[in-house]
Amino acid sequence: MSAMTSSPAAAAPGPAATVHSRVTQRRVLHSEWIKLRTLRSTFWTLIAATVSLIGFGALFCAITANRWPHMSAGDKAGFDPALTSLRGYFLAQLAVGVLGVLVITGEYATGMIRATLAAVPRRLPVLWAKAALYSLVTWVLMTVGALAAFLIGQGVLSSRHLGTSLSAPGVTRMVLGTGLYLTVVGLLGVAIGALIRNTAGGIATLFGVLLVLPALAEALPSSWGNRFGPYLPGNAGQALISLPREAHPLAPWTGFTVFCVYAVVALAASAVLLGRRDA
Amino acid sequence: MIEAHALSKRYGERVAVSDLSFTVRPGAVTGFLGPNGAGKSTTMRMILGLDAPTSGQVTVNGRRYADHPAPLHEVGAMLEARAIHTGRSARNHLLALAATTGIPRRRVDEVIDTVGLQDAARTRVGRFSLGMGQRLGIATALLGDPATLVLDEPVNGLDPEGVLWIRTLLKDLAAEGRTVLLSSHLMSEMALTAEHLIIIGRGRLIADTSVSEFVRATPGGSVRVRCDDAVALTALLAGPDVDVAALGGGVLEVTGLTSERIGRIAAQHAIALSELTPQQASLEQAFMELTRDDVEFRPPARDLDPAPVPTSEGQPA
Repeated sequence: MSAMTSSPAAAAPGPAATVHSRVTQRRVLHSEWIKLRTLRSTFWTLIAATVSLIGFGALFCAITANRWPHMSAGDKAGFDPALTSLRGYFLAQLAVGVLGVLVITGEYATGMIRATLAAVPRRLPVLWAKAALYSLVTWVLMTVGALAAFLIGQGVLSSRHLGTSLSAPGVTRMVLGTGLYLTVVGLLGVAIGALIRNTAGGIATLFGVLLVLPALAEALPSSWGNRFGPYLPGNAGQALISLPREAHPLAPWTGFTVFCVYAVVALAASAVLLGRRDA
Repeated sequence: MIEAHALSKRYGERVAVSDLSFTVRPGAVTGFLGPNGAGKSTTMRMILGLDAPTSGQVTVNGRRYADHPAPLHEVGAMLEARAIHTGRSARNHLLALAATTGIPRRRVDEVIDTVGLQDAARTRVGRFSLGMGQRLGIATALLGDPATLVLDEPVNGLDPEGVLWIRTLLKDLAAEGRTVLLSSHLMSEMALTAEHLIIIGRGRLIADTSVSEFVRATPGGSVRVRCDDAVALTALLAGPDVDVAALGGGVLEVTGLTSERIGRIAAQHAIALSELTPQQASLEQAFMELTRDDVEFRPPARDLDPAPVPTSEGQPA
């Protein structure tokens, strides 16, 4: 058998010998790309994320434009056209996060992970490929989605001359920040999926961290809550989508950096465990 | 060639595999046999680097599995038929795995043809029958044209036609000089497919032998004798390790003597035999005999012979 030979040079002389290729990070990326695009759940979840991002932004803008003459002065003062058109991100993060978890736990649930890790026994290339590809796909889709949500929303609001533009202070940052925040939510989903290895547990953990922790922090005495609250993952990440005039305790990019650190730490922990644990 | 050296695996308190050493050689189908829970699957996962041994090591073609630059070309594995994402089509499943190692598309179509899944290649695996899933598992194992195949219970769930197909396929693969290791908990299936046997029970090696040797050495083989004067013959055959049971109608069941010896004794005393047949204890029975003390779960003892049941030495509750 030509498979007995380990180097291509040694395999070459044999008549039927195929030059056996090896596993590389690039090939694993290709493999993971095939996996990602050949599942219906990928397609439907990303559609759901995009539709909620654009649809809810447009809906909130339409309601605001419609109700504007009847709104209280306080509501009008609190209104921000950019933020209103981007509000759909709050729902979109559910879809993006769930799919991020599923990218990993779907393989554990079906047993596919054994086939995957048997093909790539060094394991880490699989994690890097999944994290990188899913982040890239989410970033492209959610950035385009956020831009579309913004433009559609401003179009709707312009009927009342309430719209704003990308050149207004902080607006470009908020629009691009929506795509970036959702990307890191997806990445955090992948990391937590790899840590927990179970779909229900992974999803519960991800949204427990993102959505429930901030609510719990509010129950703390305000001297504590105000101190630690902004550093919680969800709060820190959303600093990037906060209004310039709002006094968010963390500067937008500082907050986002903190959020990224959480994701990177989770990913590093999952990498260590992936190498150690039995599949 | 698969070589295990003092391989052990503990999951917490539970010992799954204990000090297991064996060699699986190329050119033959080796049956990996043991009752459920004996540690077969654990051992196979260790061969593939999926589970790390607690101690000891196992190599494939001289290297640890994970050290091979292109493991799909070295070892083809089917661990469970359903180690496949159910939402993907068979072809896409194979394409994704092939991509990791740069295996070309045409090889994917080749293995689909080999296992006869052409018509179902674009169907989602979730809709597959058990048999189709097994075939896809085999296709996955063959993908890299590996010199070594490791298959966990490949005949489970196959219809008779499928069983025959897989038996022929595995024998052909071994005849091409490949190393084939397949596990089963059915001795009868192994006797038809395998040439060599590695038998384990409760994680320990019980036997490492060829199938023919196993059949020959099977204890409890008796000889069926029919003659006119059964009473006289019974007296003549009597001895310390000999047991003669009269079955009536001049038929005796003799254990402890070979048919050759019985024939000789009868001839010396001019007793005419009308039948002299060695009764091969069924392999399944021999296997059960061998692993009797090593099954993890068993029905209440009333079904078994009262004598050899060891109740004192740590039977799991």
